[in-house]
Amino acid sequence: MNLDDLAEKAQEFRARSAAIKTEVRVCVAAACQASGSLPVLNALTKENEETSCKVKGVGCMGLCSAGPMVAIAEKEADIAHSVLYREVKPTDAPEVLASIGGPPVERLHCPTNQPFFARQQRIVRENSGLIDPDSFSGYVAVGGYQALIKALSEMSRGDVLRELTTSGLRGRGGGGYPTGLKWSTVAKMPADQKYVICNGDEGDPGAFMDRAVLESDPHRVLEGMVIAGYAIGANKGYVYVRAEYPLAVERMTTAIRKAKRSGFLGANIADTQFSFEVEIRLGAGAFVCGEETALMASIEGLRGQPRPRPPYPAEAGLWGYPTLINNVETFANIAPIIKHGGEWFAGIGTEKSKGTKVFALAGSISNIGLIEVPMGMSLREIIEEIGGGCPGGKAFKAVQTGGPSGGCIPAQHLDIAVDYDSLKTLGTMMGSGGMIVMDETCDMVDVARYFMEFCMTESCGKCIPCRTGTWQMHELLDRITKSTATQKDLTLLEELCEVVQATSLCGLGQSAPNPVLSTLRYFRDEYEAKLVSE
Amino acid sequence: MSLLQTRPALPSDDKRWKLVNATMRRNGYAGHALIETLHSVQEGFGYLDEPAMRFVAGSLDLPLSKVFGVATFYHLFMLKPKGRHACVVCTGTACYIKGADALLGAVKERFDVRPGETTEDDRLSVLTARCVGACGLAPAVVIDGDLAGKQTADKVLAKLETLA
Repeated sequence: MNLDDLAEKAQEFRARSAAIKTEVRVCVAAACQASGSLPVLNALTKENEETSCKVKGVGCMGLCSAGPMVAIAEKEADIAHSVLYREVKPTDAPEVLASIGGPPVERLHCPTNQPFFARQQRIVRENSGLIDPDSFSGYVAVGGYQALIKALSEMSRGDVLRELTTSGLRGRGGGGYPTGLKWSTVAKMPADQKYVICNGDEGDPGAFMDRAVLESDPHRVLEGMVIAGYAIGANKGYVYVRAEYPLAVERMTTAIRKAKRSGFLGANIADTQFSFEVEIRLGAGAFVCGEETALMASIEGLRGQPRPRPPYPAEAGLWGYPTLINNVETFANIAPIIKHGGEWFAGIGTEKSKGTKVFALAGSISNIGLIEVPMGMSLREIIEEIGGGCPGGKAFKAVQTGGPSGGCIPAQHLDIAVDYDSLKTLGTMMGSGGMIVMDETCDMVDVARYFMEFCMTESCGKCIPCRTGTWQMHELLDRITKSTATQKDLTLLEELCEVVQATSLCGLGQSAPNPVLSTLRYFRDEYEAKLVSE
Repeated sequence: MSLLQTRPALPSDDKRWKLVNATMRRNGYAGHALIETLHSVQEGFGYLDEPAMRFVAGSLDLPLSKVFGVATFYHLFMLKPKGRHACVVCTGTACYIKGADALLGAVKERFDVRPGETTEDDRLSVLTARCVGACGLAPAVVIDGDLAGKQTADKVLAKLETLA
């Protein structure tokens, strides 16, 4: 199969729905389903009598707090060019359908010219909210699998690696390691067996980007994995997904089955000599499994305990073989890079952080949901304009990025450009992209205690600094929040932070003190106000 | 060593064991299928008891200690039977900030049951989850598998009262 054959196929899929002019898209991702989008979908399908109008379930549209979301759009028009409705109920169906072609229903209307929609740049989420996640033909019709066919028919393995290196893409799981370099390292390893792993163990509380990508556009992640397999010379891949995300697992399973049936996965992909199999592995509720060596132990059926690196997975990973392990969002960036070229991708973002990043806005913020913006956008723009600031006129206090491994950014640093390196200078990190906004009513010491409790219960227990250190730090924080601690305890807490940071085996322990150190850096007065004299 | 080892017989003729066995067979009874297998036991029976773990250990040719180690390591595996209904309160950061603690407190006060416990009449198990990824709807609870968002103590209690 070559690109012309695929284009013909896409044309054929589009022709099937030639009679359809308008689409009524109902979000069927997890958050909107929880708000009751399935009954809305059923009601709309039942009420719809026009043959030129199609009601369909689509992936996440972003504004999760306003679900169930329904969009009315011309075929193939994006969200910004649609009429969007919020908090739609099944009883609203006749009114929504009657508004097609006329003025929108004022009561439900959610304008798409507001910054939340207008300021986004969608690469990873370009199909999210447009296509039916369970439909293989829907993905191909919007240009899906073109990148894979292009790679297999027109590019050598080296070409793929070069494009990726040119693009400047960095790992989206939090570490920010250059993806091109990682792929090239695994590609160079002389081994008969190599593996590709997609890390979908999105354990950071308050982060749900990967969940939405898996639920809204699973084929895109698969396509990225198959291209990776081709580039590094692997023929087996695993998608490791949290068991807490049943819908993501279901959609990925369907995607794998359909891709296999159509010859884009399995033996002799697109009639070439290249074969690639993908299997799903379920997590079982352990945060530490997001760490790459722990994740591989879990795939091997063991307790998810990390091991020291080196050797890195690129040299000795799953069952001792060279393994490429990337995050869901990283894989979702691969197809567009191959399709449009590395240069195109490198033109977006900042000098050292290229492309876009998906963020999950949550906490005390008006527009809760998912956004995708170019790297380097200022935090103020993200929080105040796109996010709409804190609700109820409360004053913004801080935003926590990077989950339990990250830190908080206070109001005086809101003008910072968000990229990997600038966040580090503030003592926090990009992480996987969760942003929890806190307003003036939030007690920062209590937040630090919350994260420490999280790390304490999630510590795998293998190394002592993390196992015992997080426990002791939690005890100290608990006493501070209960106003029974002295200045001596605070000094001890700071010492412990340094020790645990310096001596823990894996990222969980090394970064566990970050929320404490970061809140101490900006809100030390809140700690001191709770101390008692000896 | 022969690849064909003798495997223990199914613990009973309960059909659910056949599903468990199918999971192991699909993976060639390899040791790395352990977590997948435990998932299918828990899906069928609701929890993992000792006979089940012995059966899985024997079938996958793993020491029982290793099976027990894995079963206790992962939070999702339950070693005790759950009540007839399960209420999972999300304690992710977004839910925490929006008052997940108050929900847990209200449930504890009304049903006298702490997270991880089951009421004496086996009616309700209360669990916590580290973020169910529904931060847009915080605070969120999952009652018998159905996710409900923007909860208040009254809403949760009202829903739990209707469960028999």
